[in-house]
Amino acid sequence: MKRTPLFNQHNAQNAILMNFADWEMPLHYGSQLVEHNHVRTVAGMFDVSHMGIIDVKGPASKKFLSMMLANDINTLHEPGRALYSCMLQENGGIIDDLIAYYIGENYYRLVVNASCTEKDFKWLNRHAKEYNLELVLRKDLAMIAVQGPLAIDNAASALGAVLSKSIRSLERFGCIEIGTWFIARTGYTGEDGIEIILPAIQAEECWQNLLKHGVQPVGLGARDTLRLEAGYNLYGHDMDESVSPLEANLAWSVAFEPESRHFIGRKALHEQLKVGVQKKLISVALQDKGVLRAGQKIFSNDKEVGVVTSGTFSPLLHLAIGFARVATPVNSDYFVEIRNKKFPLIVVKGPFVKHGKPNIGIKSEGKA
Amino acid sequence: MNRVPKELKYTASHEWAIADDLDKNIVIVGITDFAQEQLGELVYVELPEVGDKVAAGDEVCVLESVKAASDVFSPLSGKIVAINEDLEDSPGLVNTHPYHDGWLYKIEMQDPVEYDELLDAEGYQDVLAEQEEDD
Repeated sequence: MKRTPLFNQHNAQNAILMNFADWEMPLHYGSQLVEHNHVRTVAGMFDVSHMGIIDVKGPASKKFLSMMLANDINTLHEPGRALYSCMLQENGGIIDDLIAYYIGENYYRLVVNASCTEKDFKWLNRHAKEYNLELVLRKDLAMIAVQGPLAIDNAASALGAVLSKSIRSLERFGCIEIGTWFIARTGYTGEDGIEIILPAIQAEECWQNLLKHGVQPVGLGARDTLRLEAGYNLYGHDMDESVSPLEANLAWSVAFEPESRHFIGRKALHEQLKVGVQKKLISVALQDKGVLRAGQKIFSNDKEVGVVTSGTFSPLLHLAIGFARVATPVNSDYFVEIRNKKFPLIVVKGPFVKHGKPNIGIKSEGKA
Repeated sequence: MNRVPKELKYTASHEWAIADDLDKNIVIVGITDFAQEQLGELVYVELPEVGDKVAAGDEVCVLESVKAASDVFSPLSGKIVAINEDLEDSPGLVNTHPYHDGWLYKIEMQDPVEYDELLDAEGYQDVLAEQEEDD
């Protein structure tokens, strides 16, 4: 298994390790629930150095990404902004979801899923030929996500005067390169915070400085419950190459306008819209006690209509939440089968948790 | 090192049992320290109902952790006479106090021979040692 530059730090913090996409990563450092709550109330940090960082440079990089991404890179009018997008196959299937950062003139950075890095890099290279670009997979970098209501304050105090000013000046989805460091106000938890990309050799020192300023290490276990509460899909679970963004609750991230912009997968998506999208991804909560898990079957009017793609017990809401892919038309009358019994589901609009607060009108019966 | 109290009886599937001091036919059942550590932090415990009749080896509880769901098998045959209602709001008691406040249910046993045949602490230590070899 591969290890990140922060592996020794994880061991020093008594991390329980797990295999994630062939990376030896921290699952938790003692308590996944405590770590989850810490991110919701204070600030936590994640080693996300396993994620792929691909730099795209050259005069044609905007034109290239305009074709490669389903969201429209041309909406980033000036450097210092970020864009969430899917990268699609010709048939509309999702190759990966990523964040594209516009760093400088003719200079973009893509941060992609660890499990997709090699595949993405090959795919990009295959289409880059006539664009005369420089595509670099940055294995020399580490990445730390600092997330939580105090993330900005604590990171600003931890990282020194120069960086502190930049961190505080960043707007949401803003980014900035400072020497060999790169900082973006993005994340995967639903909380405010930043993601720091820095030379691998400086990662341990940065981690320790953050630790000294009240930022607690958080493992991938809590990362999963946090992103679920925040309503974010996970690649390989809620979407993959067999589904399109329209079937993964990501239609909002596809820029159909302007019509003149060609992007890979556009034709297939138009076709899907014409005949009608067959499946949709919905957010659901369980009113009864219990836990939603990926793979559980969904029923409507006694007919099997779908499957849970991600599920967990929400530490903040004290009830089970998840995503389910169901046949269209979507209604509001769903049941989930857990151990041969059927339980009614509540269909939820938007994220389950927003800025650390419940965002759904469900009262848990258990004591919070 | 996982704790294995001397006074308890055990199963190879990581449950413990102990006869109640006041009535030797009533047995308290829980899961071991090893089991709770393997499961991870519990978020929901599905207990049997008082009055349920179960056979030894039956799936009698479901423990849902942050990771996964797993079954608890009854060490004994008999009738459920009490369940640990504190676990409804505090499933984490099974993690923090697996041998005390984290008990699962009490069963009125049908056949005391079944109880006698459960593993003692030493026998359960052997099970754990084998488990470690497999890992």
